[in-house]
Amino acid sequence: MTARLDILQAGPHVTFQDAGRPGLMRFGVPASGAMDRKALVIANTALGNPPGATGVEVSFGGLSLLCQDGPVGVAIAGGGFIATRNDTRLGSWTTLTLRPQDRLVIRPGPWGSWCCVAFAGGVQSPTWLKSVSTHAASGLGGGRLLAGQQITVTDTHPTDERAIPCPVWARPRHRINVTLGPQDALFAPEVIGAFLSSPFRLTGAFDRMGMRLSGPPLVPEAALGIPSQPVTRGAVQVAGDGVATVLLADHQTTGGYPKIATILDDDTDALAQLRPGEHLVFTAITPARAIQLARQRDAAFKRWLAALQKART
Amino acid sequence: MTPRFLPVADRALMVEFATTLDTAAHAAVLSLDRALAAAPFAGFAEAVPAFVTLLVAFDPLVADHAQAEGHLRALLSHARPAKAAARTHTIPVTYDGPDLPEVAARTAHAVSDIAEIHQSGGYEVAMYGFAPGYAYLSGLPVALGLDRKPSPVRDVPAGSVIIAGGQCLITTLTMPTGWWIIGHSTARILTDDPDHPFLFDVGDRIRFRATP
Repeated sequence: MTARLDILQAGPHVTFQDAGRPGLMRFGVPASGAMDRKALVIANTALGNPPGATGVEVSFGGLSLLCQDGPVGVAIAGGGFIATRNDTRLGSWTTLTLRPQDRLVIRPGPWGSWCCVAFAGGVQSPTWLKSVSTHAASGLGGGRLLAGQQITVTDTHPTDERAIPCPVWARPRHRINVTLGPQDALFAPEVIGAFLSSPFRLTGAFDRMGMRLSGPPLVPEAALGIPSQPVTRGAVQVAGDGVATVLLADHQTTGGYPKIATILDDDTDALAQLRPGEHLVFTAITPARAIQLARQRDAAFKRWLAALQKART
Repeated sequence: MTPRFLPVADRALMVEFATTLDTAAHAAVLSLDRALAAAPFAGFAEAVPAFVTLLVAFDPLVADHAQAEGHLRALLSHARPAKAAARTHTIPVTYDGPDLPEVAARTAHAVSDIAEIHQSGGYEVAMYGFAPGYAYLSGLPVALGLDRKPSPVRDVPAGSVIIAGGQCLITTLTMPTGWWIIGHSTARILTDDPDHPFLFDVGDRIRFRATP
């Protein structure tokens, strides 16, 4: 069965995303994918989709859909957004079925910056380098959702309406683990000290490429003429004026600004759920501890997904 | 040349051969990149070559920093693999950029000489960066050495041939740039060929040829 949904309204940063296109940074292409990758995996798993299936990432701008052909199973996870079907409030993390003429509206709620919507079956969207994930700066990939367009879902099926539990690790994270560097040697010890002891505040300069922070100035000691180096998602880079920016899903792949620290991969998802004005603090851990945490958290996430899958059947 | 191995969170090592631009360090980056591609370690995810650093990313569920460093040290201590047979691409350029007069004035050349000087360079793909398919080409003749413009120009079209900081680049997207636009090319770096989506590999050589 094929379902079609009219896009009645979509905010400026509402895009198609999947598991992204890792492995191409050497060609200037970041992995992209959802800002909160776990939210997309959870929404897909709740429907029995492959974890990296194509979904829609909803920003503060919100999304409004009208089901034309259906029924179609839908799952919503990530952030504390407000979802309504035909003006009746749904749980903010839930599975549901849309039938013809049903209207689904998602708008910002009490917390979170990014919400993922998955559809049972396969969302039809253009791919670039084998992924529909939209690279914001170029528009390559599935692209932005625009009012007047339609979403087509093939091989779809309805689903039970059921709440998806929202685990504590999916909430916005204010204590962020980093390892120092790779260019921490360019900063004086007291600057590193200020970086690790002061709260930083998210500014309004926050998009899929990164988030600018406001906090103590982190002016590097050495000249800023370092040759461009590869950068990763989670890099905390410091511009010449001492202002720190965290690079996120659609980051540039190289840059000449020194990186005072790099955020653990797992922390970047929950970090992205912070909102402008909220505070965060950085905690430095050793690389060995970072590996240990990555393994523990991955095992816990897989156990949690297995339980979600079991509850579904 | 013994590099420094700098940990990057839970998923990579930055292999730093130098902290300033250095031809030998760049050659060492490319050599290690090739050796790693030929003999990856368990959990290796991707390598990203830049001017004097190589980022080596791995899956933290399979590998860790110590294992990655051990493998890379072993690769470095072995005999160098044969230099890869770098390809040479000939790229057509129409020298009609809006900045030609100012480039000529700032480098004290005639406008009509810029094309010939530009074509005399021996270019090599040093790295990709900034945006998809943005290949930084080293080898711009010293006679065309210019810093960037004080502020970037918006909406520079894809296919522009731009120069600054001793380098040349063919843009792939319509984006802002502070580099000097000397012409445009019909060459497509983003090829749309799923099996070979990027025209150049790092280390490839480039020649520019004027087209009317």
